[in-house]
Amino acid sequence: MIIHADKSNFDTIVLKSELPVLVDFWAPWCRPCQTVLPVLEAISRDLDGIAKVVKVNADENPTLADRYKIMSIPTFIVFKNGEITNQTIGIHTKDNLKKLLEL
Amino acid sequence: MFDCIIVGLGPAGISAAIYLNRANKDVVAIGKDYGILGNGSHIIENYYGFEPISGKKLIEKGIQQAKKLNIPIHFESVVSIDYDAEKFTVETDKTVYEAKTLLLATGRSQQKLNVKNFHKYTGKGISFCSICDGFAFRNKRIAVVGYNFYLAHELKYLENITKDITIFTNGKNIEIETSYPVIFDELIEIHGNDVLTGIQTNTNFFELDGMFVAIDTPSSLEFTKTLGIISDKNSVVVDDNYMTNIEGLFAAGDIIGGKLQISKAVYDGMQSAFGIINYLRIKKGPLK
Repeated sequence: MIIHADKSNFDTIVLKSELPVLVDFWAPWCRPCQTVLPVLEAISRDLDGIAKVVKVNADENPTLADRYKIMSIPTFIVFKNGEITNQTIGIHTKDNLKKLLEL
Repeated sequence: MFDCIIVGLGPAGISAAIYLNRANKDVVAIGKDYGILGNGSHIIENYYGFEPISGKKLIEKGIQQAKKLNIPIHFESVVSIDYDAEKFTVETDKTVYEAKTLLLATGRSQQKLNVKNFHKYTGKGISFCSICDGFAFRNKRIAVVGYNFYLAHELKYLENITKDITIFTNGKNIEIETSYPVIFDELIEIHGNDVLTGIQTNTNFFELDGMFVAIDTPSSLEFTKTLGIISDKNSVVVDDNYMTNIEGLFAAGDIIGGKLQISKAVYDGMQSAFGIINYLRIKKGPLK
């Protein structure tokens, strides 16, 4: 299941997560963000209980977008124990996005 | 409305056009020129049935063959590709086409700007997709690199984001009318820390927050970014039917990777045509 986070709960859901988290900074008007959605859904199913998949609407959460210097949508960031371990932009295959998590 | 618009006039695109035509599909093939095979000085010595032949000659023969079958071939530059639930829309520098399916057979993207630190700041201030990245530059200082109709197309979107736009032609003459400042210098180096902070040209340094690339014509790279096509190591990912992750959008030839050979491109063209024919048979109604 994909979790939606915003600035009020980002720290709890992402930074304090015990599981690795793949965060997708997206926006509703961004077409690539729509086409990558089935990939994210598949990852969240495959990695249920192993990692979290979280979406952050960059339009509605400019403070979070600024904090992580989001300049391209979609941007994917992997957090482990509150730290960024990997980051990429654009559309990727399921396998390559999974690799970012380095499980 | 066409059954299929093919973008690219190389061996993959034209082979697909011929197979689709023979299956009675209404197809149009569009390309700005002969592509990498026809523009270079390649001599082909390993293609079945041909004595050594120039790439240009081979491309011309392919196009001639398609024309004899009454396949419309248009030498136009594709400015944008879009889709909705019903159709694909391809805008060129001359007109607009609509079709039920689309085949990308553009060949591989070529690096268009030879500027120091270009890769380093791609995605960190340098963008190929104004729709994807424009939001991050609201009311900021941006450079748009370009000089022609493609530049004009991108400006239409970007000027809603910011008014602080400077055009860099990178040594080219400008072909459009614009009210924004135009710098004709050659770009030398991108400066920045975590993100882009400016551009060094052969005469000056310009402080900037972002740079959008809209030079020449959009490459397959730009189309894949804007459309959200899944790629892996610069190759578009297709399934067994040569369809990308976008329903009805197919790809063939060098753009999907593998051996960069004419025989492989021709094979791709044939296979993708069957994929498209199959898809059209299943999807009689609207796409979704």
